[in-house]
Parts: sequence; C-alpha cells; structure tokens
Amino acid sequence: MSILVDKNTRLLVQGITGNEGLFHTTQMVAYGTNVVGGITPGKGGEWVLDGKIPVFDSVKTARNATDANATIIFVPARFAPDAMFEAADAGIPLIICITEGVAVQDMMRVRNYLDQKKVRLIGPNCPGLLTPGEAKVGIIPGDIAIPGNVGVVSRSGTLTYEVLYAMKLLNMGASTCVGIGGDPVNGTNFLDVLEMFEHDPKTEKVIMIGEIGGNEEEKAAEYIASKMTKPVAAFIAGQTAPPGKRMGHAGAIIEGGAGTAADKVKALEAAGVKVAKHPEEIPTLL
Amino acid sequence: MKLHEYQSKTIFSKYGIPIPKGRVAATAHEARQVAEELGGRVVIKSQVLVGGRGKAGGVKLAKDPAEAEQLATQILGMEIKGLPVRKVLVDEASAIEQEIYFAITNDRAAKKPVMIASAAGGIDIEEVAAKTPEKIVKMHIDPLLGLREYQARDVAVAIDLPRDYMKDFVKIAMGLWEVYKATDATLAEINPLVITKDKKLVALDGKMMIDDSALFRHPDLNEMRDTDEDAPAEIEARKYGLSFIKLDGNIGCMVNGAGLAMTSMDVIKLFGGEPANFLDVGGGAPADKVAAAMRIILSDPNVKAVLFNIFGGITRCDEVARGILTAMEEVKPKVPMVVRLVGTNAEEGRRLLQNANMITAETLADAARKSVAAAKQGK
Repeated sequence: MSILVDKNTRLLVQGITGNEGLFHTTQMVAYGTNVVGGITPGKGGEWVLDGKIPVFDSVKTARNATDANATIIFVPARFAPDAMFEAADAGIPLIICITEGVAVQDMMRVRNYLDQKKVRLIGPNCPGLLTPGEAKVGIIPGDIAIPGNVGVVSRSGTLTYEVLYAMKLLNMGASTCVGIGGDPVNGTNFLDVLEMFEHDPKTEKVIMIGEIGGNEEEKAAEYIASKMTKPVAAFIAGQTAPPGKRMGHAGAIIEGGAGTAADKVKALEAAGVKVAKHPEEIPTLL
Repeated sequence: MKLHEYQSKTIFSKYGIPIPKGRVAATAHEARQVAEELGGRVVIKSQVLVGGRGKAGGVKLAKDPAEAEQLATQILGMEIKGLPVRKVLVDEASAIEQEIYFAITNDRAAKKPVMIASAAGGIDIEEVAAKTPEKIVKMHIDPLLGLREYQARDVAVAIDLPRDYMKDFVKIAMGLWEVYKATDATLAEINPLVITKDKKLVALDGKMMIDDSALFRHPDLNEMRDTDEDAPAEIEARKYGLSFIKLDGNIGCMVNGAGLAMTSMDVIKLFGGEPANFLDVGGGAPADKVAAAMRIILSDPNVKAVLFNIFGGITRCDEVARGILTAMEEVKPKVPMVVRLVGTNAEEGRRLLQNANMITAETLADAARKSVAAAKQGK
C-alpha cells in the first residue's frame, strides 16, 4: 500500500509529444510506471517511445482505449486549464498537473468544477508523486528516494528533493512523496494528504514541508493536534523572506501579515510537531 | 502587477462605473490646463504605487487653475515612500456625503472570488477591518456562475446603503465583477465609493492588481506596467525570466526552485550570515540564463561572497556549471564563491568547475557555513 499512485496506476500523459512531456515520460517509464497512453490533439494515431506508447487526440478516446485511472499534465500554462477540464469530463479520477504559471482565476474555475465532479487534483505547479519502487508520476528524480515508511508531503519542488536526499543518506525510505504545489489556488492540500497518510498502513511517520503564505499549514496543525496518531516532523521555508515580496511562487507571499513562517512554526509546535531549523535536520527528528 | 489609480479608474469607466471627470498630467502646466477645462475646484492626486498618498501630502485640493499648477509643481517634485511622483491625476472635486469601501478579490482559502464591502470606507479601512471587523461584509462568488445581482443587493442591504442607491450600486457591483474577470485582476478595489451631496454614487479612487500569470492574454495591460518600484536589477532579471529580489545582506545566492531558494536564505541566516538576494533560476536553467543571473548578483557592490545551491532534477548541473564558467570569464568576479551541486549530472558539473577556483560543499548546511565564513573574510 501507499497513497494515490502505485503499481496498479494506469497513467495517461497530456502533452506527451512536447519536450517536457516526452522527456519525463521516458523517465517515468524507465522507473517502471505504467504509462498506458498519451494525448496530443492532432497527433492521434502516432506512437512514441519506439512504438511502445500510443498517442490519442483526446483524453476521452485515450481513456476508452486504455482504461486509464490517472493523468499527468505537461502542457503550457495557457492550455493547462482546458486540459484539466477535459480530463475531468473524460472521467479520470486523479489529475496531476505539473505546469507552472496557471492564471489564478482559471484555477478557481477548475478547482470548483473538479470539486463538483469529485475529481482529485494534485498541483498545479508541483513536482508530482513518487511511490518509491512502484510508480513515479511527475518529475521527482527517481534515484534520490528509497522505499520506506515515511510519508512526505510538500508545497515545494527542489526543496522536496533536498529532503528526500537527506532521508536516503540516513537510509530512511518514503512510502509516498506528494508534491502539492505552491500556487495560491491548487487541488489537494496538506490536510487531505495528512488524512491519507494517517489511514495508510504502510506509512508510519510523516514529513511535511511548508512555506510562507496562506493558512494551509495552520489548518494542518489543527488536524495533527486533534486527529493524527502518527508522528510528524516539519520544515517551513521562508523564515527570512521580507513581508509583501513575492518569492517566485505565487503561493509564497505574505498577505496582510498572515501566513508568516513564525506563525506556522508556532502552530505546528503547539500541535506537537517537531520543526527543523534546516532541511537536512528533518529526518533526524523522526 | 499593480495599476495606478488613473489606469484603474479608466478601466472602471469602460465597464459603466461612474468616475469623476479628470485627466492625468505629467507637468504642472498640463495640470493647470486640465483644471481650466474642468473649471471649479479640483483635486491633485499623486500617482505612485503605494498606499498612504494622502497622509504623505500627495493629495491636495486646489480652488482654481493657478493653485492647481502650484500644487502640482509641489507634488510632482515629491518622493512618497521612496517612489518619485512622475504623474498627477487632476479630478473635479466632489462634495462627499458618505464613503463606502467596495472590492472584489481572490480568497485563496475558499478558492473563490470574494466581494468585500463596508459603510465605513475611506483611508482608515484597514483600521476598521482590524478593530471593528463586524463593519466589513464579505460574500463569496461562484467562479463558474459569476456574480449574481441578488448577491449585490444583499451586500447593499448588509452595509445599510440608503435604498435610493440600490439600483446604482448593483450596476457598479456588476461592472466591477466584469472588470475583475476581463482583466484577470487579483484585486479590483473602489475606496472610497462615495455618495455625493448631489446624490450620486461615484468611484472616487481605484486600485487594481493584475495576475502576472495571466498577462499573456492582456498585452494592453502589460504595457501599463510601471517599473519605478522595482530595483534596476529586478527589471533586468525579469528580462531573462529570473525570479529575483534584492535584499540587504552580503551573500549573493543562486538557487533552482523558489522553496529551495528561500530555504538557502534561511540557512545562511541560521549560520550567522545575511542573504543579499533571493534568486530562483528556475527549472532546466540553460547556461546563458545562469550567466545572466550571476551578472545580476555580482552587480550588487554589497556582495562579499556567492552561494550556488543547485539540486538537479529538470535542471542539469553540467549546464549550470557551464553558465558559471561563461559568466566568470565575462565578469571576472573578485569575491569568493561556494558551490554545491547535487542531482542530475552533478559529477560532470563538479568536474567542469574543478579548476575554477571555487569552494565546494557537500550539503546545504556545509555550503551555508562556508559562504558565511567567506563573506566575513571578504569584509
């Protein structure tokens, strides 16, 4: 067991013939992920990866032909909202959107529509999912993590790699690593993933990597204090970020003094979470 | 991206929201001409992208064109919170009976747009929100359905708007919703929306912020960008698609990924140093982008050491190493540089930098410690 993706995941890739899509499909397949098809409108009928993976014109035809149960999106930001609507309408229950820079109003429409359809979205602007030894659905380098019993959930990309790598050096493995993305309006949040880890028999401990902005870490702290039985260690990026300045991520902005690193650390510590001073320290806290 | 008051109000007006008569002026002479055209009393308003203009003396009332010219001269020479005043808006003066606050913005927690209104509008709205939150009315809008007229009516009732103005208020609310949607605004704010003594609702002041991620479909708005509040290095960085923010410390940082970049700054501080900047070179950074990033970092005379922290994923460490070498040849840096490369093609990257006279580090903590020590020696 693990959460969200495993050996039984039948994955589609939207934007499979683009640079990014093709590169990462190759990586995912090399890792052992079951990629059953790809979508590029206008290229239906072609094959990629030396004839191993069929390309379709639409998600609907791809789903009918392959019985896929998840899709990953690599299309440019201006086309990503349409790609998410299309996947939801085709009945795909799990959408992972890697694309960075999706407009906020688009994301609000997407999120509200997907909620009505009860479709789960990971991202956008995220590194995706990795269940070590089973499936890699995203761009996390496969060789920096080993299988284990620690669930990892993060708003960041490369910072997540840093933590997985530090875990590996200590011979600590991950059950599943979930990159939820740093955008102000996204799909799955910390609370959802913590709940999944709490109910996952394979996960015994959890590492949570947050950053400044928003109040998702605070909500997670409430859940940890009231419902969670498994130990949690955390790190919050942006302790030295000046207020009001946008630090690259749309999500990493301190709005009206709320969502500071200090507030988040305080909320998490009050919930019994051990908070690391730097990312390499996190695995040693568990 | 922030828009000026005059830009915001021009957009409002296109969507049927009443604004005062007036025009923007870049010189005192022009301000006088506008005042003459308008006749009567006018307000001279500095156009800078910061709040608190009135309290800083950047908004003045003039009784005639001569005084308008004199006050415009004064205001156009001002700096408000470090920003030079380059333009003034000359508006006809309104006789005000009541000031209302009205805005539409994004509520990230609810994942929905939210309409915010208060009968206690004006310059002290933030204080009102902090001290008497019950005076602020909020109502969410379904992003798929859009603002419905009944919602605007409900808000009007909730802020006790005199009933005579209900119809006009609904028109303004629907107009502001259209503005918000059509421009991909993250904020569309009217403060104050006034009831004038001659019984009209007018948007006296306006403020808008546009979602940078949506600018690809608004080239007209992108042209309105005012870069006065950005440091020159930040403008240069934007050209190369780098995310850069100048800070006050002396350790320059180049990192891939926003979260890791913030973390690298945090760890520098943890070991007693001060970061000189935030810089995210992004994913898959090619050599020329890395070189540009390095030039920008080294253009800051405060920088006494540079830390490179690259965790290769999409980004290939050998590409980054090539960029560093290119930039070093060009700028011939005199400050010590600490480099840490991990992940995709890290070994090749390290080999390339072998003879580059750089300090190498294995872990982030190690890299931070070494750069703090190097910056101290460089003082």
